[in-house]
Amino acid sequence: MAHHEAPRGGAHESGAGGPLWGVVAEFPNPGVLLHAAEKVRDAGFKRWDVYAPVPVHGMPEAMGLKHSKVTVIMGFMAAAGCTTALLMQWWMGEVDYPIVTAGKPLFAWEQATPIVFELSVLFSAFGAVFGMLILNLLPRWNHPLFSKQRFLRVSDDRFMIAIEASDPRFSEQSVRELLASLGGTHIDRVEEST
Amino acid sequence: MSTLQPDQATALGLAGRGRRGFDPDTIDGTLISDPSVRPPLVLGDRDFHSVTNTICGWIENRTPAWWFPAFMISAGIAGLGTAMILFLIVTGVGVWGLMNPVMWSWDITNFVWWVGIGHAGTLISAILCLLKQKWRTSINRFAEAMTIFAVICAGTFPGIHVGRVWMAWMLFPIPNSNWIWPNFRSPLLWDVFAVGTYFTVSLLFWYMGMIPDLATLRDRALARINVPVRLGPVGLPGMGFLDKITEQIVLPLNRVAAFVYGFLAMGWRFSTRHWNNYEKAYLMLAGISTPLVLSVHSVVSFDFAVSILPGWHTTIFPPYFVAGAIFSGFAMVLTLLIPARELYPGMKDFVTAKTIENMCKIITVTGSMVGFAYMMEFFIAWYGANPFEIQTFVRRAFGPYWWAYWTMITCNVISPQVFWFKWCRTNIPFIFLISILVNIGMWFERYVILTTLSGDFLPSSWAYFSPTYVDIFTFVGSIGIFMTLFLLFCRFLPMLAISEVKNVMPMADPHAYDVGHGGHGHNGHGHNGHNGHGVRNGHAANTGAY
Repeated sequence: MAHHEAPRGGAHESGAGGPLWGVVAEFPNPGVLLHAAEKVRDAGFKRWDVYAPVPVHGMPEAMGLKHSKVTVIMGFMAAAGCTTALLMQWWMGEVDYPIVTAGKPLFAWEQATPIVFELSVLFSAFGAVFGMLILNLLPRWNHPLFSKQRFLRVSDDRFMIAIEASDPRFSEQSVRELLASLGGTHIDRVEEST
Repeated sequence: MSTLQPDQATALGLAGRGRRGFDPDTIDGTLISDPSVRPPLVLGDRDFHSVTNTICGWIENRTPAWWFPAFMISAGIAGLGTAMILFLIVTGVGVWGLMNPVMWSWDITNFVWWVGIGHAGTLISAILCLLKQKWRTSINRFAEAMTIFAVICAGTFPGIHVGRVWMAWMLFPIPNSNWIWPNFRSPLLWDVFAVGTYFTVSLLFWYMGMIPDLATLRDRALARINVPVRLGPVGLPGMGFLDKITEQIVLPLNRVAAFVYGFLAMGWRFSTRHWNNYEKAYLMLAGISTPLVLSVHSVVSFDFAVSILPGWHTTIFPPYFVAGAIFSGFAMVLTLLIPARELYPGMKDFVTAKTIENMCKIITVTGSMVGFAYMMEFFIAWYGANPFEIQTFVRRAFGPYWWAYWTMITCNVISPQVFWFKWCRTNIPFIFLISILVNIGMWFERYVILTTLSGDFLPSSWAYFSPTYVDIFTFVGSIGIFMTLFLLFCRFLPMLAISEVKNVMPMADPHAYDVGHGGHGHNGHGHNGHNGHGVRNGHAANTGAY
């Protein structure tokens, strides 16, 4: 589940949990957030992320993200759907159970086309949704950020940047200073959930 | 707790905050006749927080008083339909009015009608998405839900019309001990794949679009868990111990909500790395759903067009069915949306008069296409000089089913033409009436096509089909099933796509905050003086528009 039973909210839990996961800061609006993300990217961080209630326009570029690979997954799935449909119709109709009805050939591409199309779409739709989830490493019902009461407002109207401790350039002091200089407020440390 | 009062924003919106100074001719300020001015998509001077509060508030607040009676009536009708289906299964399809030569009638009429209704949802979510029609964001979740429930109702009919329902699995290529496979050369089997794919893809699209909104509901439920609800003082003065007990109450419902919404949200945390994949997947799904929605009703029309019966064997059927499907679907969206818009406080700020007007225009366009198709059918019957074809069409219009034919013409061809007049497409009760007429007309269109069977090649076997009470109540029952599912959706799931609505608001644009960047890139409509920092007070004319 996305939450655990330990009470949270109220005072910041600095030093209360496990090892340090990262540092999170809040930003007032998408404009400041976008410029802050550009600066964090330019500072050379790799393991960090921007959290916003909407997909902010231009943010993937500002973060230096590459194009999503979900299209590749969908392409392979569409090819798989097409192949499955052709093989299924040919094998079932011509090889395993050949019955002549209305004098039609046992298998022909014209007659196979509707199902080839439908299965290609079906498979690539599964590729889109499950490919998106796999690329995002979801479902993951627990995450260190969920332990922060303020983070729950990201789903409403807050904007945050978190830089992870596993980044080679991470040092708590310098990251705090960087985020503060970019306009971040409520800078807080996030512990690994134990 | 004060930050999570869902009613506050709604109340402010209803009090008319931010609705100052617009021309009354524009109804709610969105029907601006000047095409160079883009009307706002979200009214009521709302920010992100008030959008979240309003849309989530419909779920989190106390169930509205009208909901229980509405649900009871719908569920009662659904129960009646289920009883009719059970009666059919234990007795046989003879309880329907089917006979030789009319061996398909209300069952297939209902199937085609329901599948067609579903098409509007996919059109709104996929085709309008690709066309960057931002007004779709306020109706797409609603319409997609309608699609899914309509396809559920549609799928019921072929399932039960096979007679021996326990053999319905033979529709699918499932390995079995008889070593037989379905006939892939039959359009009826293509239909199984088309409708099956359509249902699955619609469900995936709907669910994926809902993941961020489910996460919003999860987070709000979590926040409420952590704040004990104070119900007291319940005791009389001097009975302070009761007050103490009530102070500690944490509503168990919030825990259930947090668990269920949390489970369904799959740990979505609004990360940009996730949004990057999500947006691409969403766009690609819209891309593949577009040919899909056009293919589904084309394949449904093959059920008729691939046969060699006069009146059915025509190449016009696929486009004509697709246009009719979108036509009836938009009518059904309006039939559901107009009451919801009145019943849910604040919904009019999202579903604006402009949105309704746009939908009316689509109804007129698709209604005209359907009317053109009716004309072409007659023209080709005459021009083709095939006496059977001519006889079939003359019999449709002037034969025993003339009343069905002219009901169809009145409702489908004549009634949508009223939307050429502005009064008609801005008068909400009138639009509601027309939407009902279109629903009726489209049902009759399918009925007219099916009753073509009554005059087959052998005049001695011509017969007149009449439905039995089982036919009628099964159909009425399917409407009950549809409404029941829809009311549950309105009660427990976000009716509007929260993150998508936010994304078309001016404050979602990061460049709107760049002071001194007048005329920047994609939102610089210089003529209305967009200077980039008037996000809160100047939203009406600038960004985030249609």
